[in-house]
Amino acid sequence: MAVGSAKLIEIINLVANDIQENKDFLTQLDSAIGDADHGINMSKGFKAVTEKIAAMTDKDCGSILKTVGMTLVSTVGGASGPLYGTAFMRAGQAVGTKKELGFDDLLLILDAALEGIKMRGKAEKGEKTIVDALEPAVEVLKSSPVNLKLLEEAVKAAKDGVEYTKGIIAKKGRASYLGERSIGHQDPGATSCYIMLAAVHRALSEKSS
Amino acid sequence: MIVLEWGDALVGIILVSHSKKMAEGAKEIITQVIGDKVKIEVAAGTSDNRLGTDVFLIEQKVLEVFDGDGVLIIPDLGSAVMSAEMAIESLEEPVRSKTHLADSPFFEGAIAASMEASFGKSLEEVKKAAENTRGMNKIA
Repeated sequence: MAVGSAKLIEIINLVANDIQENKDFLTQLDSAIGDADHGINMSKGFKAVTEKIAAMTDKDCGSILKTVGMTLVSTVGGASGPLYGTAFMRAGQAVGTKKELGFDDLLLILDAALEGIKMRGKAEKGEKTIVDALEPAVEVLKSSPVNLKLLEEAVKAAKDGVEYTKGIIAKKGRASYLGERSIGHQDPGATSCYIMLAAVHRALSEKSS
Repeated sequence: MIVLEWGDALVGIILVSHSKKMAEGAKEIITQVIGDKVKIEVAAGTSDNRLGTDVFLIEQKVLEVFDGDGVLIIPDLGSAVMSAEMAIESLEEPVRSKTHLADSPFFEGAIAASMEASFGKSLEEVKKAAENTRGMNKIA
């Protein structure tokens, strides 16, 4: 895998597209246990991202990822703004001025993103958040040299993580006010994280097929 | 008794809320009580008028209000806290270390902090006044 700046922008656009397609689903999940705006907020944020990065094909990968983060923190509005914003900004720092990314960088990116989200949200696994999808995925990627097959397993782990959020009590955000009543509902943040990881996998599969 | 000289800098207050209406309403009530000597700014809602918070808007308001004595940010909840933390991280010195975030009830904290700031108190004292409102009795 060799992802240059143009391909990176393509991948992010695919992520944006999948968020857009799942907008109503994410909002529906959020209306059950949150403030019913996750889909709308994410869609607004990624629409702005797509416009912002369109002309960045000559920029390095770190700058592109940082721009994604900076755009999300000022356009999303809800908690996913600072959370995903921090994730992308940390990811950008992690790859620095590289103009081409490989599978090892994918681990760097997702590990930095996970650390950023945990720091910003002061969250750990098991609290019904993005972390429940992202951490298992990163753990899979750390288990052996990263390739497309391992990424597929990581996406599967994220999906299992989303399922896992159905059975636990929300400890963070608006859903935490519901206490035990949050059980039975899957976490919107974990879901959007899974959607994004699945989009990245799909984008990379298309490339190598 | 504290005697204020005209032109003495006072700690500024930023109200960070998901709702512009809520933050402006809070500011309206506070201003009625203490007048307009304390700089109170609202950083609330998104640029397209949805409920939400915006890191850059908070940063911009801090810079508008800052005049040397520091700025206290009062967030409502959730993303307001995270966005305010991010805004502080992205500020440069000397503003950064003189911008603090209060862990207090939104309205009670805002009015107590503004009152304290109007007396010319330090940033630490203003923050403490906001945070001391937690658990305050409303009914005697």
